Amino acid sequence: MNKKIMELNEIEVWDGNMANSQALRQADVDVVAAYPITPSTPTVENYATMHANGYIDGEFVMVESEHAAMSGCVGASAAGGRVATATSSQGLALMIEVLYQASGMRTPIVLCLVNRALAAPLNVNGDHSDLYLTRDSGWISLDAFSPQEAYDITLMSFKIAEHKDVRLPVISNQDGFMTSHTAQNVKPLSDEVANKFVGEYLQVNAMLDFSRPVTHGVQTEHDWHFEHKAKQHAALMGSFKVIQETFDEFEKISGRKYKMVESYGMDGAEVAIVCLGSTYESAMLAVDQLREEGIKVGIVAPRVFRPFPLEEVAVALQNVKAVACMDRSAPGGTVGALYNEVAGALFNTPARPVLTNLIYGLGGRDMTINELKNIFRNLIKDANNGKLTGKIQTLIGVRGPELSFYEQ
Amino acid sequence: MNKSIKDKGWDELELGAVLFSFNNTVNYTMAEVLPEDRDYAETNSKNAYVGDWRVFKPVFNAELCIDCQFCWIFCPDTSIISRDKVMQGIDYDHCKGCGICVEVCPTNPKSLLMFNEHEKNEDALTQWPEKSKKGE
Repeated sequence: MNKKIMELNEIEVWDGNMANSQALRQADVDVVAAYPITPSTPTVENYATMHANGYIDGEFVMVESEHAAMSGCVGASAAGGRVATATSSQGLALMIEVLYQASGMRTPIVLCLVNRALAAPLNVNGDHSDLYLTRDSGWISLDAFSPQEAYDITLMSFKIAEHKDVRLPVISNQDGFMTSHTAQNVKPLSDEVANKFVGEYLQVNAMLDFSRPVTHGVQTEHDWHFEHKAKQHAALMGSFKVIQETFDEFEKISGRKYKMVESYGMDGAEVAIVCLGSTYESAMLAVDQLREEGIKVGIVAPRVFRPFPLEEVAVALQNVKAVACMDRSAPGGTVGALYNEVAGALFNTPARPVLTNLIYGLGGRDMTINELKNIFRNLIKDANNGKLTGKIQTLIGVRGPELSFYEQ
Repeated sequence: MNKSIKDKGWDELELGAVLFSFNNTVNYTMAEVLPEDRDYAETNSKNAYVGDWRVFKPVFNAELCIDCQFCWIFCPDTSIISRDKVMQGIDYDHCKGCGICVEVCPTNPKSLLMFNEHEKNEDALTQWPEKSKKGE
């Protein structure tokens, strides 16, 4: 634990970035190597201020790029330290090569990814292009829908990543601006409770352990590469158990409950949307308002994006007649990621809801309560017809003629 | 290490493909143990032949060498074999043929010269140049 304690109020007013910074401070990280980028800049900036004010005992390394930031993290992690960084969008894109190194080398780094659109055209606002870019990188990817959740999830990320049965890096996602820059009430844990929850860092094959000299970052060709990737995938799939245990343990000390798949209004719901990020909380209001009109709709949101909780998503959607998978990322010539995942989850089950794919909110385009209510009303039409009223994929909230693809 | 890495399945391999240098814990001073007495792990590069990138090889001429140890110090792949500060020769299993040892050799003529990989060392030694004069 850091030598200097920060006294926190029972309720603090923090945005998602400050929530990240405080969680990093309380986790007593050995090395943060970072290159700030909008909208994750304040995560790093606040952390540097805390460091300058003597609240952080660990090292803070300013580097020349995001590629260097993640490379520094991999080195520090292989050396045997607790390591974290933060980035967004183009920064993540520059980091991506090293993300694969980090997961393959089994370095349990925590990355606070504040989700933002990818250029071109250049855009600093929130969408899930960068989150989706990490899909196959072998990182565990958790999603926070609010500053409180950002704090909780960043703290939990350390515990999950560093667990002896996992040893994989973890991304703590939150929406750029909508979460990262929106100050809300956050109930933090005390430094002592938070630090005790995260626990002492467990070194595994540390390079600075001179009694067991070890080489990290090796080359394997056709003879071993497959076995190592298999082992890595097995660890990622096996992390479900550790994630659940961590959620349970966190609930005991905080009273806040997290699930692999979050849901709202699903009791008796006829239709549902599947979404990620701050859209979940907006949709909660839409659900409440529609329920008052007697329209039964619900929301399903994977809290854990990687590993993907395929079975839980399938269970959550067994009793609905129509589902809209809402992807906040330009899909690049196919259906969105959530549509793919949900379709895959349901295919081997008895449920055959009408499935649509809505591409929305690119580059920070707002998703309002009214639009969400319209989406739900259209889903009710699909449910009543028992088939799609339009095409499978539609871009919504975009100016110009209707843009939709793939006939049923 | 009981089972060879060659026979291990995905569940038996080391995390993150790390390679250990030595068997067991190193609780002694490595510098005091001669290389041939070290307990190298199977995965130590000592046990891997990596000399096949080489096109040109350094050949060592013991008659000219003054045992200055420059080549031993500068070799980037610890492929100069020296014992008690007496030059022994080249470790061709690990030498990549970079030529740095030849570059730093201070004798005249040099005690190390680069030759084609296919040239026999005894033939190479018969082709050694004469001492060069000032200005040559």
